[in-house]
Amino acid sequence: MSTDRLAGDTSTDMAVMTYREAMREAIREALATDDRVFVMGEDVADYGGTYAVTKGLYEEFGRDRVRNTPLSESGFVGAGIGAALGGLRPIVEIMTVNFSLLALDQLVNTAATLLHMSGGQFNVPLVVRTTTGAGRQLAAQHSHSLEGWFAHVPGLKVVAPATPEDARWMLPTALADPNPVIIFEHATLYNDRGPVDPRLGPVDLERAAVRRTGTDVTVIASAGMVSKALAAADILAASEVSAEVIDLRSLRPLDFDTLAASVARTNRALVVDEGWRTGGLNAEIAAGLTERCFWSLDAPVARLASAEVPIPYAKHLETAAIPQVDDIVAAALDLVGGR
Amino acid sequence: MTTEHDLWRSLLADMIRIRVFEERCAELYGESKIRGFLHLYIGEEAIASGVMSCLEPTDAVLATYREHGHALLRGVSAESIMCEMFGKATGCSGGRGGSMHLFDRATRFFGGNAIVGGHLPVAVGLGLADQMLGRSGAVTVCFFGEGAVAEGEFHEAMNLASLWNVPVLFCCENNRYAMGTSLRSSESQIDLALKAASYAIPAWSVDGMDVAEVHRATTKALASIRADGGPMFIEFQTYRFRAHSMFDPDLYRDPAEVEHWKQRDPIVTFGERLLRDGIVTDDDIEQMWSSARDETESAVVAADAAPLEPVDTLLDHVVRDMPEPDAGGAKPDDHGNDDGNDHGNDDDDEVWP
Repeated sequence: MSTDRLAGDTSTDMAVMTYREAMREAIREALATDDRVFVMGEDVADYGGTYAVTKGLYEEFGRDRVRNTPLSESGFVGAGIGAALGGLRPIVEIMTVNFSLLALDQLVNTAATLLHMSGGQFNVPLVVRTTTGAGRQLAAQHSHSLEGWFAHVPGLKVVAPATPEDARWMLPTALADPNPVIIFEHATLYNDRGPVDPRLGPVDLERAAVRRTGTDVTVIASAGMVSKALAAADILAASEVSAEVIDLRSLRPLDFDTLAASVARTNRALVVDEGWRTGGLNAEIAAGLTERCFWSLDAPVARLASAEVPIPYAKHLETAAIPQVDDIVAAALDLVGGR
Repeated sequence: MTTEHDLWRSLLADMIRIRVFEERCAELYGESKIRGFLHLYIGEEAIASGVMSCLEPTDAVLATYREHGHALLRGVSAESIMCEMFGKATGCSGGRGGSMHLFDRATRFFGGNAIVGGHLPVAVGLGLADQMLGRSGAVTVCFFGEGAVAEGEFHEAMNLASLWNVPVLFCCENNRYAMGTSLRSSESQIDLALKAASYAIPAWSVDGMDVAEVHRATTKALASIRADGGPMFIEFQTYRFRAHSMFDPDLYRDPAEVEHWKQRDPIVTFGERLLRDGIVTDDDIEQMWSSARDETESAVVAADAAPLEPVDTLLDHVVRDMPEPDAGGAKPDDHGNDDGNDHGNDDDDEVWP
C-alpha cells in the first residue's frame, strides 16, 4: 500500500490525465485483472455513464460486466450487496448522491449492518461510486453534498478523491477492502487534469493528505473544496499568511492524527465543507479538533459550509450558496487576524 | 416402507420441531429469557418444512424476521439459535442479531432480515453471482411475507430477477396480515402471483397449510430453475396462529377467523393423513414430539449456561480488517477471520463464499 505519495510528490514518469480518465483507467484495470469485478448502474453501458466515466468499457468488456440497470437504485444496490456476498466484486455506479437516497435502505440497513448482525460471518465487499456536489447549475435535486450522512454510519467506509491520482488509485484499494466502500466523485472535478503516477499502485484509504504545507493556519477540505482551498492558499501567501491545506480523502474514518498534528503546529484550523453546517461533517471535525487540540488552539476552530438552503439553479445564487475561494481567504484572514 | 413415506414422516417431524421450539420460545419470552421482538411462525410451519426439504447445501437461503423455523430446518442447530435469542456469545450471530437476525455461513443462511422487502434485491444479487460465476444448478431461495409486495423493493427485485434471468425462487408466505393490516385493505390487487407474473416470472399459488403440496410445488419450481436458470415465484397461502409479535394484542383479527384456520393446523391435518394412510403410528408421532422436546430442552439448558460475549468485543465486526497485502496472491482474500471470533465455517470458501 503506497502512502509515501500522499504529499503530492510529482517526480518522475508522471502521466497527466483528467480525473475522469483516471477513474476510467482504474475501472478498466479492475475489469481486466479480476474476473470477479463488474460494473453496474444506470446508463453505464451504451451511454457510457452520465459523466462518461465508463465510456468505452462496455465495448471492451461486454454487457454482463458493464451492466445497465433499470432506474431502481434500491434494487441494483441491493443486488450489488448480494453479488458481493456471492463472491463477485461489484462496482455500483449511482448517478448522483441525491439518487443514492433511493438506495439508503440497502446501504445503511443492509450493507453497513450485515457483518455486525451476523456476528462477523458475512462481509460485504461492495464498491459504490457516485457523484456529489454543486457547481454545474443542476439545482436542488442533483447538486447536494450528502457524503457526511454516509460518514455517520458505522460499517461503511467513505472516501472522496480530490485529485486525478486518487481517482486512479483509490479504486483498487476499495475493491480489495472486505467492507462496503462509497466513493464520492465531485461533479466539477471530472475535467481537471493532473499528474498520475502510473505505477503508484493501490493507495491508503484512511489517511488524510497534506496537499500544501504551511505554518499559520490549517485549512481542512475534501473533494471539490480542496482545489478551492489550494487557490485560497496562493492568495493568502500574497498576504504573508502561510496556509497548510489538508485533503481529508477519507470521510469515514476521519484521520484525526494527521489533522491534529497539523493544528498542533499551526494553532488554527478552518474546516471547509460543501455540505451544510447544521449537523454536518464540518461540525464533527471541529468538535474532534477542539477535543484533541484545545490547549494548542489560538482561536476557536472556524467552519465554512454551504448556506442552509437547497442548492439553487441560477448561477449567482448557486455560487453564493457554496464556499468559494474568496470566502476561504476571508475566513482564514479572520482566523489569523489576532496574531 | 417407501422413500416417499420416509419423506412424509420427516416433513411431519420437521414441522413438529419448529412448533415445539417456538412454543418454548414463547414461554421463555414470558420468563424474560428472550427479549426484543419475537415473531412466531406457529401455524405456518408447512412452508419452511416443505421448502427446506428440497434444498441442497449449495443453495442460499434468505428469510425474514420470522425465521426460527427456516434456520432450524436449514441446519442451524437449535442450540445456536436459542443461544442467539438469549443474547449469548455462542449464538449463531454472536449475540448481535437476536431472534430477527439469525445468520449461518456454514449453511448459507443469509438471515434473518427485518426490513420488509429489503432482502429481495440481495437475493437477486446472490443469484447473479451464481449465474456470473458459473455455479450451475445453485438456487437462492428468498422467503418474504405478503406485506413485502407493497414495498418498491419487491417490484424492483422482481424486475431485475426476470430481466437478468437469475436462479432465485421467491417464496411468498401470505399469512394475510402485515402486522395488523390485512392484504385486502392494503393492496389494490390481492392476486400476488399475478404481480410476479406481470414481470414475466412464472408464478402460482399453493396451499401453504399442506406440507406435501408445498414440497411438490417447490420440487417442481427448483427443477425448472436448476435446469433453465430463471426465477420463479410461489405464493403459499397460510395463516399465523399467534399474534404478529409478543407485543401484539391481536385486536384486528376476528377470533372466528383465527379458529377457522386453526382447524387447518398443518401438523394436525398432515399427521391425521399419515395415520389414516398407515404411514405413521400414534407412537411414531409421540416419538416425534418427544424428540423435538428433547432437542429444544437441550438447547435451553445450553443457552442458559452459555457465556455472554465480553463487553470488550462490543466494537468487533463493524468493519473487517484489510487483508495483508500479500495474502492470497494477486486477488484479495476477504474471507480471513477479522478477529478470531468468526462463527462461520470457511471450509467451503473456495467455491462458496
